[in-house]
Amino acid sequence: MKRKLISAVVAGAFALAPVAMAQQKPAAGKISDGVVKVGVLSDMSGLYSDLGGQGSVVAAQMAVDDFGKTVLGAKIEIVSADHQNNAETGANRVREWFDRQQVDMVTDVLNSAVGIASGKVANEKKKLMMNVGAASTRLTNEDCNPHTIHYAYDTYALANGTGKAIVKTGGDTWFFLTADYAFGHSLESDTANVVRATGGKVVGQVRHPLNAADFSSFLLQAQTSKAKIVGLANAGGDTINSIKAANEFGITKNQSLAGLLVFITDIHSLGLNTAQGMLLTDGFYWDFDDKNREFAKKFFAKMKKMPSMIHAGVYSATMNYLKAIQAAGTDDALAVVAQMKKGNVSDFFLRNGMLREDNRMIHDMYLMQVKKQSESKYPWDYYTLKATIPAAEAFQPLSASRCPLIKK
Amino acid sequence: MDNRTRVLYVALLVAGLAAPAVVYPIFLMKALCFALFASAFNLLVGFTGLLSFGHAMFLGTAGYICGHAVKVMGFPTEAGILAGVAVSALLGYLVGSLAIRRQGIYFAMITLAFSQMLYFIYLQAPFTGGEDGLQSIPRGKFLGLVNLEDDIAMYYFTFAIVLFGFWTIYRTVHSPFGQVLKAIRENEARALSLGYDVDKYKLLAFVLSAALSGLAGATKALVFKFETLTDVHWHMSGEVVLMTLLGGMGTILGPTVGAFIVVTLQNYLSALEGWVNVITGVIFIICVLAFRRGVVGEIAAFLKKA
Repeated sequence: MKRKLISAVVAGAFALAPVAMAQQKPAAGKISDGVVKVGVLSDMSGLYSDLGGQGSVVAAQMAVDDFGKTVLGAKIEIVSADHQNNAETGANRVREWFDRQQVDMVTDVLNSAVGIASGKVANEKKKLMMNVGAASTRLTNEDCNPHTIHYAYDTYALANGTGKAIVKTGGDTWFFLTADYAFGHSLESDTANVVRATGGKVVGQVRHPLNAADFSSFLLQAQTSKAKIVGLANAGGDTINSIKAANEFGITKNQSLAGLLVFITDIHSLGLNTAQGMLLTDGFYWDFDDKNREFAKKFFAKMKKMPSMIHAGVYSATMNYLKAIQAAGTDDALAVVAQMKKGNVSDFFLRNGMLREDNRMIHDMYLMQVKKQSESKYPWDYYTLKATIPAAEAFQPLSASRCPLIKK
Repeated sequence: MDNRTRVLYVALLVAGLAAPAVVYPIFLMKALCFALFASAFNLLVGFTGLLSFGHAMFLGTAGYICGHAVKVMGFPTEAGILAGVAVSALLGYLVGSLAIRRQGIYFAMITLAFSQMLYFIYLQAPFTGGEDGLQSIPRGKFLGLVNLEDDIAMYYFTFAIVLFGFWTIYRTVHSPFGQVLKAIRENEARALSLGYDVDKYKLLAFVLSAALSGLAGATKALVFKFETLTDVHWHMSGEVVLMTLLGGMGTILGPTVGAFIVVTLQNYLSALEGWVNVITGVIFIICVLAFRRGVVGEIAAFLKKA
């Protein structure tokens, strides 16, 4: 008897399974589920929370407010989550958003591992990821897919912008200080290629471990190399520590540092005395013109700091997404992407913006030099514009793309 | 097994079968994989008395091997998992042979050292994709028939694997071999004097634990369709200690309960952002100070008294 009861319960449990499956079917319609939901997935508490994090949520909300809170009669909502720089947590969250919470688009998604994993989920669920925060070019190459747009920048754009511009302005001998893992290697080799192609020379490189504690021996090698430019092919804490150490060693007196992945928030925490003179590529500078300043002031009022490229990018991506839904008359991901590819995406963030065939959003990038303390007139007055890199030159050319979607 | 325990196990089995109708299946699969991982770890720390501080290496290695085998070499799903388990077991044999020569903190340090070495190898090795991770691992088809891309199908597949893992652990613990392990835990010198080849038993337990951790890792890689450095990072080795202690070290169900608590906290409190880590930390401290036997251990002790 008891055994029968058990097997009946087990059978019942199996019978429930199809119910679980049925729950996941989305409703059809112009706007799926009658609501447009944007998910902001970022690092809310860790080392990148300064350049993305809560600021990205605020930026997305600003875009929704500016757009008008409804699109095609449907309400627009924002949800956010912390991926803790863990691809599992992140991709899991995105999957749950798509499956259970009617999220239609995710944005920010900084951290390449999280970005790539989330892009796969978006593709599987036929939703959209507009990645602003991640740096890896894999998003539009090996791991490209129709549901992933790479919006703001990538390692190629940074390497290319900084490398080319510096060689052209006379910095023709380079020494690299490289973080010894895939990201550092690709940043180094991308930059080295650009340097050589522009007529410069790479005189050497030294690899340091991830999260290196002591940069002195590496920097001494950089110093003895007599290269005019020391390229920092590293990120985050490593960049900050190497810049600080370079300053202490007096390297910045005779050689210039080129930060290959530096955000304005990094400069803010380093201080101008330490970072001065450094050249870097950025996709957005708040003090560039009136349009940028207008956005930046509103952002500052809410966050008490100036927006980074990622914050401005999240605003722009959300805005363009909503505009594309309006124009396409649906929130179907591929229709929205097709709409954006028709053009007309330019705004204060995307100057000469265009969504390319490989879903790489291209736009003007900027070569900046960090000001000296004496030149800085007001808070956050950090950069001097050295050159504008036109959209067409800033990113990896389509001909070099490794994205299988591209027909050559 | 007394009647009460049997009813409990059946109830858990039914709950496990019915759960995807109520709870998000991906979340359940994640919790199940960690439950198996923590249980495998518990086999070593709870029943043999060996505290490994590098267990993430087995979880991650199997994940990478399984992912690579399935994605690049075109292995069928089951073969991919077996490959992952086999490599983890082999790794367990190599690391174990060295580590069991020392005890206590030195044992922990040796395992930690190995797992750190592997971490840096995986960071550099081209097949892992470095910090970008090994992505888009196909789940494939179970026996060429059932499409595992469907989350519910994958859930029952995972559930079956984890059940198999639990069964193996249960059998091990309740076998004469398990009795010897417990004897070693209680008094190694005495076990030795009774004529047991202690080193051999310890090594076997280590390899078994590594293989089962690998089983969890390989399955997890398939569930999420990617494998990243998180799984080989020392944080993960720490997390499994937390899960085991929280749930109850040396109990059969403890690590599972611990794993569910930790995964639930991480998943549902992620809105609280950085506070998740603080909350887990506080819970850990409370657990160690107030109920040292863990959730399951305390309940068991209470029932025994009653």
